[in-house]
Amino acid sequence: MNYFTDVATLTRKDLRVELRARDTLPAMLLFVLSTLVVFHFALPEGTGDEAAYGLLWVAIVFTALLGLARAWVPEQEHGVLDGLVLAPSDRSAIWLGKTLATLAFLVAAQVVALPAFVLFFAPLDATALAGVLLADIGICAVGSLMAAMAAASRSREVLLPLLVLPLAIPLIVGGVGAAISPEGERYLLLLALYDGVFAVLSWASFEYVVTE
Amino acid sequence: MIRARDLEKRYGRRRVLAGVDIEVPPAGFAVVTGPNGSGKTTLLRVLAGLAAPTRGVLEVNVNRAQLGYLAHEPLVYRELTALENLDLYGRLYRVPERRERIGMLLERFGLWDARSDRVSTYSRGMTQRLALCRALLHEPELVLLDEPYSALDQEGADLLDRELESLAGSRTFVVTTHDPRRLARLATTTIALA
Repeated sequence: MNYFTDVATLTRKDLRVELRARDTLPAMLLFVLSTLVVFHFALPEGTGDEAAYGLLWVAIVFTALLGLARAWVPEQEHGVLDGLVLAPSDRSAIWLGKTLATLAFLVAAQVVALPAFVLFFAPLDATALAGVLLADIGICAVGSLMAAMAAASRSREVLLPLLVLPLAIPLIVGGVGAAISPEGERYLLLLALYDGVFAVLSWASFEYVVTE
Repeated sequence: MIRARDLEKRYGRRRVLAGVDIEVPPAGFAVVTGPNGSGKTTLLRVLAGLAAPTRGVLEVNVNRAQLGYLAHEPLVYRELTALENLDLYGRLYRVPERRERIGMLLERFGLWDARSDRVSTYSRGMTQRLALCRALLHEPELVLLDEPYSALDQEGADLLDRELESLAGSRTFVVTTHDPRRLARLATTTIALA
């Protein structure tokens, strides 16, 4: 029970820091909207929905990367991560709190971006939306761990995409498949499986990322 | 409380701590001195468990809940207020009667009036006072202080003197400083790093 209390405390703290600093969410919103606008004008007339769904995933993945790149910045300032690591709570709670906060930012950005996508490009059915949500969970779970690893490096801006993008490929396959395949549920299963496996791996390995 | 033999720490090929022996009994007060780059901060990070020694034997007989650590960095969020920062740590450390304890520390360190201001608006000295509040919040058994007087004005330094005097003898301290004379009255052990 204490574990989830710690997770809630850490998530609430991340949301509060973002509400004050407004560093991450406005940038994500602006990026995803401007990307969709650029794609809207870049795609030739008569291009099929399949291409549009592919571009949606390009926008989603890079928006998530933008959020993940900022995820550990408040902890880097003033060395706060050391303080959290020294606290007696389970260290994986730090990862889970960060994952949930990043997920909240990504979902908030998509609340604006997905209606814009429908307006500019193509409709999204329930399976496609479920695919987006499941992929969000996966990318935030894996991305929070990778962002913590990258944060320890001097070349973190370069390292983060190199770490996250290869791991995001199954999510893109699953997300696009859920949107365009007649057997979209199979792709949802793939995404759920990915989320389960990589969330457990990230949860279990976070402690080794933040300690020597 | 702390026993270390032949402690060594390397980062790659660079040796930052070499052959350090320490013995600090419970309720002891160890003062660590040495020039810049002699490994004082690294020693405290190793004792706190934030860095692993490359060689040597280290025993620190406290768990994380009983450890208070003041680093060079204040370990607080710039965008949160003093109250919010201490509340966060108070919750994670499960400090009993958290609000009363936080209020008492903020009063004692002269931050009560600025309790609802964001840390980003604090001076360096105020931030250091808040960092001291954070390190002492959960009444730790072992207190590791890395140059606690840095950035403090005379009033802040006097406050810290009084705090250390009141706690010395009931807690174990390891304090790094460039001014060992200031802590000479309290010190039971002096460790000089070369």
